[in-house]
Amino acid sequence: MEEHIVEMKGVALAFGDKSILKDLNIAVKPRERLVVLGQSGSGKSTLLRLIVGILSPNSGSVRFKGREVTKMRRPHLNRMRQKIGMVYQYSALISSLSVRDNLALPLEELTVKGEEEIEKIIDEKLAMVDMQDTKLMMPSELSGGMRKRIGLARALVMHPELILFDEPSAGLDPVISSVIDELIISLTEKTDATSIIVTHEMESAFKIATRMAMLYQGNIIEDSAPAAFRNSKNPVVSQFVSGSTKGPILEGKNHGGQKK
Amino acid sequence: MIDMAHEMGDNMFRGRPPFRVAIFFEQTDRAGVGSVPLVALVSFFLGLTMSLLTGYQLRPYGTERLVPGLVAIGFSRELGPLITGIMVAARIGAAFTAELGTMTVSEEVEAIEAMGIGPLRFLVAPRVLAVFLLMPCLVVISNVMADLGAALICKWQLAIPLLYFGDLVHTSIESRDIIAGTVKSFLFGLIVGVVSCYKGLSVEGGAAGVGDSTTSSVVIAITTVIICDTLCNIVLVAIYP
Repeated sequence: MEEHIVEMKGVALAFGDKSILKDLNIAVKPRERLVVLGQSGSGKSTLLRLIVGILSPNSGSVRFKGREVTKMRRPHLNRMRQKIGMVYQYSALISSLSVRDNLALPLEELTVKGEEEIEKIIDEKLAMVDMQDTKLMMPSELSGGMRKRIGLARALVMHPELILFDEPSAGLDPVISSVIDELIISLTEKTDATSIIVTHEMESAFKIATRMAMLYQGNIIEDSAPAAFRNSKNPVVSQFVSGSTKGPILEGKNHGGQKK
Repeated sequence: MIDMAHEMGDNMFRGRPPFRVAIFFEQTDRAGVGSVPLVALVSFFLGLTMSLLTGYQLRPYGTERLVPGLVAIGFSRELGPLITGIMVAARIGAAFTAELGTMTVSEEVEAIEAMGIGPLRFLVAPRVLAVFLLMPCLVVISNVMADLGAALICKWQLAIPLLYFGDLVHTSIESRDIIAGTVKSFLFGLIVGVVSCYKGLSVEGGAAGVGDSTTSSVVIAITTVIICDTLCNIVLVAIYP
């Protein structure tokens, strides 16, 4: 049986009195492109932060390649993070560093590669996202779409086995959004990386996903292939897919079997 | 703290300095060289004012020759480190907190951590070390400029020539005054660096949070500097009565 690259079991997390995740269970196989859908504030980004060890759950287990993330000490956690690339909603490029330096940062800090090899990797990754001309520019000189692409290139420099995308097409126009979606598909295929994409944009989700999951009131209420997801009988999922204002989401009913 | 100690140990184990050298020099220029005009100007006018006021008070008793020593000892032992500490906390501490705070709220710090790079080597250590090492240099500038201001007043108002001023300073100042000032300046630099970086990295709540944290960083740093100055004086007076 193929080992899961990410496995979350019984994960619960609350910020103060506000419960974000309740008994969340999900597993991701290598080379999958899992899209996690959910309303704003449903805990999608939190889920990514749990995988990378930025947040710790109140209870439950988070495993990356079979190793428990929640119990890792800092040096081990840092070594694990080198195998994960993360693309942020607003890119999170280091504003005081040029595009070149943003991409070079993990290579200079975490590897023993020489200057020449680092330059070669940077050029290669910038070419992959079609951003060669921006190498010497500062993040403030880039548009939202360009920043997203540089963020993607930065996530790729360490040849990650897992790439996490936090709202990759948020705030972009439809054309640039499609460009980003296609980049996600082509780059994850080229690099054989597994990816987890959190979004609430249906069009992007169906285009990218090989598998889709719906996060609602702290639980995964649907986990299926895109075609099955689109035809889901779960009223929350079907309302979310259709974008209708009528349905359990706005009525506040929980179709996981509990009252809100 | 434990995480940072781990990170430092890990870097040392891999044979790398616990801070990024290029950023250290960048911050040294910003914290040190950039602060020179402000520290020099304020200290010059303080020295000038101090000698003017004390000179007028001492002149009726014919003891105005005490003014050079008074200013020199006052600045090298007390006012130089204290005034510089307060100015650096306001100028550099605020800048560090605002910069790191903005990086925190815009997820830049999280992105650095998510890459597997701890914030200590890249963000904290170069800044703390820069302020720590540059503070004594700034204090020396402060002392020299204050003495210069005092010397001008002594020459024009108290009829003490420049060379005589130098002699009076030289005979009145002792090594304990310089040691006390140096110890304090290192300590104040460390306080400003640690407080400003900690407050920057613990910002919550967007732009308003950055503002609140910056204010709180300056207030805490200045208060701590003043409290530590008092404690240092108590200890140093006990060691060198």
